[in-house]
Amino acid sequence: MNDIASQDRWSWWYLLFVVEAVAVLWPPFYNRVEPEWYGIPFFYWYQLLWVVISAVLTAIVYFATDSNRR
Amino acid sequence: MQQVNWTALTIFVLLFGFVSWLGFAAGRWRRGDMDQLHEWGLGGRRFGTLITWFLVGGDLYTAYTFIAVPALAFGAGALAFFAVPYTIVIYPILFLVFPRIWQVSHKHNYITAADFVRGRFGSRWLALAVAVTGIVATMPYIALQLVGLQVMIGALGVSGQGLMATLPLIISFAILAAFDYSSGLRAPAAIAIVKDVLIYLTAFTAVIVVPLQLGGYAHIFAAVPREKLILAVPGPNTVGAYGSYATLALGSALALFIYPHSMTGILSASSGHAIRRNATILPLYSLMLGLLALIGFMALAAGVDKMPEYALGFKTYGANFAVPALLLHSFPSWFVGVTFAAIGIGALVPAAIMSIASANLYTRNIYREFLHPTCTPKQESQMAKWGSLVVKGGALVFILFVPTQYAIQLQLLGGIWIIQTAPAVILGAYTRWFDAWALLIGWAVGTAVGTWMAVEVNFAAVYPLTIGGFGLPGYSALYTVILNLGIATALTPIFRGLAAGHPVDETVEADYVA
Repeated sequence: MNDIASQDRWSWWYLLFVVEAVAVLWPPFYNRVEPEWYGIPFFYWYQLLWVVISAVLTAIVYFATDSNRR
Repeated sequence: MQQVNWTALTIFVLLFGFVSWLGFAAGRWRRGDMDQLHEWGLGGRRFGTLITWFLVGGDLYTAYTFIAVPALAFGAGALAFFAVPYTIVIYPILFLVFPRIWQVSHKHNYITAADFVRGRFGSRWLALAVAVTGIVATMPYIALQLVGLQVMIGALGVSGQGLMATLPLIISFAILAAFDYSSGLRAPAAIAIVKDVLIYLTAFTAVIVVPLQLGGYAHIFAAVPREKLILAVPGPNTVGAYGSYATLALGSALALFIYPHSMTGILSASSGHAIRRNATILPLYSLMLGLLALIGFMALAAGVDKMPEYALGFKTYGANFAVPALLLHSFPSWFVGVTFAAIGIGALVPAAIMSIASANLYTRNIYREFLHPTCTPKQESQMAKWGSLVVKGGALVFILFVPTQYAIQLQLLGGIWIIQTAPAVILGAYTRWFDAWALLIGWAVGTAVGTWMAVEVNFAAVYPLTIGGFGLPGYSALYTVILNLGIATALTPIFRGLAAGHPVDETVEADYVA
């Protein structure tokens, strides 16, 4: 709990946040209809899928950076 | 007006009655001394991971969101989906910045963002700017929650002339005001649990059942006009719709957590760990919001806007009627009652938190700072309770006497205004480098230019910026906060040079970490 030195240092795990930001904030990556998934255009399912992926990435960052603090 | 839907209305009223009772009962939950502002206004900072999840989820994903995002999809198509990247990129911000702000606020008993800025930068004027911005940006947001409630009541077929037309809205708001007054933040925290369960039920039922009725997603997307199905590909020398989409998402994300109601929800958590854990589990709401956006397309495919029984609703509420019309069209009356109650209660939770948050700001950063510095904790808490009533009364008057369009425009301006406090609040969590006066001037210029941009394009969110012949249409909030930050950065060394001595900062680095 009181290990201040390990608390707010830069962690390389934070790069996962950069990955997810770029993946969803760069429309050329996903602004198309094909391939569809159960009739849902790529534009929509790609972004919905990234909601799930980003939650997993955040969980990874949490366990990688927060585990020594409880 | 259409017939009163008695079955749906009965379920709606019963669920409303239940949460009203819950709102009053919540005052005794994890009981605290309501004469202390952090007990009334932050629930004693005692909410663990799960309650925080319900509370912040109920706070951020409002009734108006559930109506307006599908309505935007219904009208504008793919552009509405910016809500998805927006609600993805908010969570890294929550994860990185807000545990620090929680920690320092816990240490110094800060209740509001302006409290933090006051302590960090030692400037009551910068704190005042943050407080006033927060209150002014929140008021139209509360009004829009009322619009959400109004649409649901109207869709139930409840109508009347003059006062009778608005009586249901006034009654529901009076109940809200009463339990807020007596229970403080515990009321929306308890109600959020009911609201979220109902909203998840509504959302997941709708995205499964309605496509079955309409013959699958392929059929639904076939009803969307081709040019609205995906973003328009930009022409030469402009970032076009891509720029609008990405800047709307990023700008909205930067603004979201510095809204007073978000800050209140976050600061009521019991630890920084609870906030970090929530950054991983809150995205379930984003998923639901994305699915709800698709409801706009389902309404298009079902053609509810062309059905005579909903003509009056669309005439009265515009595209905002798309969601209620589709629910009425697709579900039996009893389930319509459940879904409408979900959205209606979804208006109460954020409205309650927003008015508590504004009351906290007024009490801490205007009343105690400027008007009555020697007030006792009891007087402070009492003032906040009265403040929450005034804020709600103001929002109600606004919605009853001012056209809805103004509330929507003001809410848009609110987004532009609130983001101007980001340099002080978000960067302030990491550095004391900036000078308070430089931040204040940056804030003023950003606010003025942002307001001008919005007025210039007739209250659209996107401003057609052009630099050297290259088109950069984008969210004016993002552009003006960059300007704001540039000014604050340029002026800081100048003010440093003028002023003698050390900058004031009552916090130390160790306060920010557990």
